[in-house]
Amino acid sequence: MEDRLVTLLLQSFAQILVPGLLVTIPLTVVSFILGILVALGTALVQIAELRGLKQLARFYVWIVRGTPLLVQLYIIFYGLPNLGIKLDAIPAAIIAFSLNVGAYTSETLRAAILAVPGGQLEAGYCVGMSFSQTMRRIILPQAFKIAFPPLFNSFISLTKDTSLAANITVLEMFMATQRIAARTYEPFALYCEVGFIYLLFCTVLTRLQSYGERRLSLNKA
Amino acid sequence: MLRVENLHKFFGANEVLKGVSLEVDKGDVVVILGPSGSGKTTLLRSINFLETAEQGTLQFDDLHIHFPEAEKKQIREVRMRTGFVFQNYNLFLNKTALANVTEGLITARKLPRAEAEQIGRAALQKVGLGDRMEYYPQQLSGGQQQRVGIARAIATNPEVIFFDEPTSALDPELIGEVLAVMKKLAREGTTMVVVTHEMSFAQSVANKVIFMAGGVVVEEGTPRQIFTAAREERTKQFLRRINREVEYII
Ligand SMILES: Nc1ncnc2c1ncn2[C@@H]1O[C@H](COP(=O)(O)OP(=O)(O)OP(=O)(O)O)[C@@H](O)[C@H]1O
Ligand SMILES: [Mg+2]
Repeated sequence: MEDRLVTLLLQSFAQILVPGLLVTIPLTVVSFILGILVALGTALVQIAELRGLKQLARFYVWIVRGTPLLVQLYIIFYGLPNLGIKLDAIPAAIIAFSLNVGAYTSETLRAAILAVPGGQLEAGYCVGMSFSQTMRRIILPQAFKIAFPPLFNSFISLTKDTSLAANITVLEMFMATQRIAARTYEPFALYCEVGFIYLLFCTVLTRLQSYGERRLSLNKA
Repeated sequence: MLRVENLHKFFGANEVLKGVSLEVDKGDVVVILGPSGSGKTTLLRSINFLETAEQGTLQFDDLHIHFPEAEKKQIREVRMRTGFVFQNYNLFLNKTALANVTEGLITARKLPRAEAEQIGRAALQKVGLGDRMEYYPQQLSGGQQQRVGIARAIATNPEVIFFDEPTSALDPELIGEVLAVMKKLAREGTTMVVVTHEMSFAQSVANKVIFMAGGVVVEEGTPRQIFTAAREERTKQFLRRINREVEYII
């Protein structure tokens, strides 16, 4: 009995880890990068006070933050086909996660940009630099340092949230576990195991964050 | 060279500048005096389009601009040809002193880095910071930061430099080093428009003094006229108060 469980855990470890490495991690990384790009645009049109676009940005953040991620996944994967838009599971998941991350981290970035000591944008203007030049070379590098810890927070959250993609048929780490559990009738052991693997991933990420912070010398005054 | 006419600026319903005119000739050192809230900062910022004035015109050599209708290209040209020194320095905090000075040369003026750095080093040397080129703003004293601010403004070789109370954020013992740099620039013929409460600077360096109050120019003239023979009661009152404060500090 005990032996059987140990063998199961050992065998399933690879069966869970492989989709973790091949699906969960790429899904997280791609969605996060796209999400940050969306967030940057969303934050900048608000900072630049671009009329129309600013309202659109607020509307987007309002919708995405006000509805559950699971519902968003369902709308995009199961709902959009009603409108004639059929997406494969992975693209649908990437879209849903990027939009979700984009909305939340746009607020992180917006706050970070606003936290950069003021007047530097105007100083940029006064030496002839444009809004985008000053943003890119002066404001965003400082904002990024401020935003780094909360952005990493969002990254860690997303790593775990990708498990929701199991609901729209993406064969990632959690779905792989569900399948093994259904076959072997050992849900307790297997769900603990997948939880442990998520914890492992997040531990690595936490280390990465500390390393990143040291590189950015956030800890120095 | 530079002529502002009938400038009106509102913040909401509050009219902060009520038809201000200003003329600056090449080589002028114009000092603008006036009580807090009289619109001095707003005037400088409007000329540089950091604020959008509702009415008025700017003539800058061959440029003629109606403030509310300024085009992006014109705004950029004015900014390229002027310098601005802020009360709070507004240095680029992620850049060294040298990079602060070269940034505009490299990104806005597209100078090669080597050339920009040569200009930048010369500018920093001029303000007495030859030994602080690689320091970040946080590693510099207020007076040093403001001198970097001045170096940044002169590096682009502007036709006129605007100074908005460049010494008022500084501890008293650091004011002198900044004023000394400004005096040096004035002696070299730099055209300057300076908002300041430093009467000694106004008396010894300015060739024109403008007294503003309540969003209008109350009186203007040579330093001698303003300081010894002001015509307007408001000017006299202001000068008496400033002098009392100076005595009080001493
Ligand atoms: N961004 C703003 N929004 C609303 N009102 C403003 C703004 N900036 C300035 N004001 C108002 O405009 C008036 C003039 O301000 P300004 O800063 O130009 O005066 P100042 O002469 O430079 O004063 P100080 O000597 O205190 O620097 C003040 O009444 C001020 O409250
Ligand atoms: Mg002011």
